[in-house]
Amino acid sequence: MEWLFLPRWPAMVVGVSIGLLECLAFLLLDKPIGCSTAFARTGGMIERALGRPVMEKPYYKLFPPVVDWEWVFVAGIPLGAFLAASLSGEFRLEWVPPLWQQAFGPGLPLRLAVAAAGGFLVGLGARWAGGCTSGHGISGSLQLAVSSWLASAAFFAGGILSARLLFSLSGG
Amino acid sequence: MKTPPLLLPEAYRKPLALLLGIVFGFLLQKGGVTRYEVIMGQLLLVDFTVLKVMLSAVLAGMLGISVLLHFGLVALHPKHGSLGSSVIGGLLFGLGFGLLGYCPGTAAGAIGQGSLDALFGGVAGILLGTCCYSRIYHKIEPKVLRIGTFGDITLPELLHAPRWKVVATVAMLIGAILSALSRRGL
Repeated sequence: MEWLFLPRWPAMVVGVSIGLLECLAFLLLDKPIGCSTAFARTGGMIERALGRPVMEKPYYKLFPPVVDWEWVFVAGIPLGAFLAASLSGEFRLEWVPPLWQQAFGPGLPLRLAVAAAGGFLVGLGARWAGGCTSGHGISGSLQLAVSSWLASAAFFAGGILSARLLFSLSGG
Repeated sequence: MKTPPLLLPEAYRKPLALLLGIVFGFLLQKGGVTRYEVIMGQLLLVDFTVLKVMLSAVLAGMLGISVLLHFGLVALHPKHGSLGSSVIGGLLFGLGFGLLGYCPGTAAGAIGQGSLDALFGGVAGILLGTCCYSRIYHKIEPKVLRIGTFGDITLPELLHAPRWKVVATVAMLIGAILSALSRRGL
């Protein structure tokens, strides 16, 4: 059982396991794995809690702000990651990742501002494209969906571009 | 499409989904892809862990689903797409991906390992982004999302080729990429 305590598993072991997890999801839940819809539903729940008229919006008619199977799935992700990181002693509270500190210094406001701006585009783009790196990138690609191969190519094209631009500003 | 024969009764689906989510988060963290350094390393093309995880997941999942599909045990759920949705949405996502250094699933996983920028920057931003989308959806739906609509077609349908041939070709391509990466020590 030593492997449970290792900090890293080989990428392909992890990938093949995720592929098997997808098979279980299709077989037993009749659903592909996805993550971004749960964020959209959570956004709707927050808006409703703030007293906004959520159900009048056409988008929330398509994706009502309710706890569905995918929401529960996404809620499990931090639990599993916490377990994995705790077993290997990798769990640590960290505000600014080391690579960011190297490039842009330890300042928290700048990291949070760029992360939030990036997150905004990630949330907007995921719903615009109808999925994220899980729903399109893995689940859609393995079904050979044309929409997913196209979206995945665009995810990485955009990501490579903005990561390059960002790190060119660091001067490093 | 008919219901898969092994679909769990309603009452068991959420508990199983929670369990699958826990395993997924566990795997993401053990794979290193919940780390900012690993994701940015991929986008800066110096660390290919993310690509290796994704391609081997697609390879194993595609082969597994193909076998299950052959025996009538699963149904496919390909997503609807259009140039206006998949390409423009995908590029917006990608631009954000490079700034944030996490995607929605790995941001959730990063919280579990203690990365607070993924929570207070990432998840907060993602929620604002989805809320913004719910506001503009009714405007862009008729104008942008319908540009170049191709629907929920799959590669075998697009290429008018037998499914097994496309599966075999994609499997060989992924195998070639993975072995080229390992030959170069990436």
